[in-house]
Amino acid sequence: MTDVLTPPTTVSRPVTDPARAVRRKAVLRWIAVHALGIAAALFFVLPFVFVALTSLMSDNQALTRALWPHPFVWHNYVTVFRTPGFLTWWKNSLIYAGAGTVLTVCSSIPVAYALAKFRFRGRNLSLMLVVATMMLPPQVIVVPMYLFWANQLHLTGTLWPLIIPMAFGDAFTIFLLRQFLVTIPNEYVDAARVDGCGELRTLLRVVLPMAKPAVAAVALFQFFYCWNDYFGPQIYASENPAAWTLSYGLESFKGAHQTSWNLTMAATMLVMAPVIIVFFFAQKAFVEGVTLTGVKG
Amino acid sequence: MNTVTLRAKRRRSALVTLGFLAPWIIGFSVFFAYPLISTVYFSFMHFDGFRPPAWNGGRNWSYVFTQYPLFWPALRNTLWLVLVMVSTRVVFGLGVGLLITRIRTGTGFFRTAFYLPYLAPPVAATMAFAFLLNPGTGPVNHLLGSVGLPQPGWFSDPSWSKPALTLLALWGIGDLMVIFMAALLDVPKDQYEAAELDGAGPWQRFRYVTLPNISPIVMFAVVTGVIQTMQYYTQPIVAGKVASGIIGNSGQQFEPGYPQQSTLTLPQLVYNLGFQRFDTGSACVIALILFALAMAFTALLMRRRGGLIQAGD
Repeated sequence: MTDVLTPPTTVSRPVTDPARAVRRKAVLRWIAVHALGIAAALFFVLPFVFVALTSLMSDNQALTRALWPHPFVWHNYVTVFRTPGFLTWWKNSLIYAGAGTVLTVCSSIPVAYALAKFRFRGRNLSLMLVVATMMLPPQVIVVPMYLFWANQLHLTGTLWPLIIPMAFGDAFTIFLLRQFLVTIPNEYVDAARVDGCGELRTLLRVVLPMAKPAVAAVALFQFFYCWNDYFGPQIYASENPAAWTLSYGLESFKGAHQTSWNLTMAATMLVMAPVIIVFFFAQKAFVEGVTLTGVKG
Repeated sequence: MNTVTLRAKRRRSALVTLGFLAPWIIGFSVFFAYPLISTVYFSFMHFDGFRPPAWNGGRNWSYVFTQYPLFWPALRNTLWLVLVMVSTRVVFGLGVGLLITRIRTGTGFFRTAFYLPYLAPPVAATMAFAFLLNPGTGPVNHLLGSVGLPQPGWFSDPSWSKPALTLLALWGIGDLMVIFMAALLDVPKDQYEAAELDGAGPWQRFRYVTLPNISPIVMFAVVTGVIQTMQYYTQPIVAGKVASGIIGNSGQQFEPGYPQQSTLTLPQLVYNLGFQRFDTGSACVIALILFALAMAFTALLMRRRGGLIQAGD
């Protein structure tokens, strides 16, 4: 059925009527499929375009229903960066996402490896517990956790309650890495063991180099998770604006610039930008990661 | 002697295993088991976060079910989202997946265009849609108006706020698209050829070849969709805040669910009870209901044949 869909090329055989009918049908299908594709692409891309255009409008123009900026006010982005707090939130987001990613990946790799390649009693149970934790809404445990960070450790209003838990493995990361590590043939691991490698050396020297794509994928996922996190900063950091992240601070932007959308949309663009830039540099790892999430069985 | 070394070896390997698992064992105990037990404990306590907790039996539970005004609206909204948002997402995701496997020209462009919105941070995406759909200056109503169609209030209208959220969820379909695309490409080609020889039309090929082959993935998409709905928090709360105009530092006063509780979801109730009304006990009741729902659907997912969990050795 694939070749029916390819755009028709010149046919060298003498053209008979049925062949022409088939070709015409193929052309029509090609047109229909690509017309639908363009319609869908408009649905997915136009929101970005409208947001970008509005972010370049003047204050007055943003109050109208105009679609095209006149003139282009690039200075809006400077204004956003000069908004008190914005740079701090940017920095906090980078700290949270950067430290969170490094800690999560480092603490999850050995756990995932043990779950994939060690034989021990309770392994399946552990794996099921990992999956259960992964599916748990963060709101389920937030009340005692808040009391713990606020009353015992007095760390609310800082980024610590967001970052410290990352040093103790993340269920989603462990699960995804484990799914990948299981596919590495045992022969590699056994060979390394026979050669006298300890488990740690086997993991670092033999297994990890083979698992690079998976590690890249989970690192990306975790970076995006931290960058996008809204609930965590809302609970633990909201009392202190100096500890806000971009994702949490963005909405206050709309509060400060109540009347016009142009500056809010410029700030929105700046929150989206890092994620999209990272995606273009690591597209392949990312898409591989999505398919890893449990489809391949 | 042999048994002694064997035992020593076993003990050593048990220690190694424990060492590798240590981060997660600590994490699981401190950030999962302890707070979960604590949540159960608090759900039977009267606790405002300041005075010491006091036993009050099942009163938090009966309060949530009979008196707390936001519980049933939130549950109804969740049901609506499960029925409408999850199913339209699966159908649309499958549609986009089918489309992308048939596109032959400019595949890279189309794939990226379809996938990109999924990556937009939820807060930013919600802000973008709050702007696009705002009844005053939003381009969507502008376009609708220019072709003579009605212009709904979207996030400001209780009967349009959930459809608006659904639209936002459909925009970020990239994850499902990739999953369906992989599944569709895995369908054996010879089955299509055989069906075509038997004279099956496009719809029959889809119904009798494609669908049976990808049904486990459809099931996966539905169940994970339901689980995501249980966690649905950021988009409705940000949309409500922006549309209501109550935003920024005064977040503590925001009554969730604007307009008219139409965007309330269960996770918002934990925040509302625990951090706005300082009724820790009742917040824990909601948390446990959420826990039970999430676990029930997770069990469904794990029982799936062929499994979410890849077989080990």
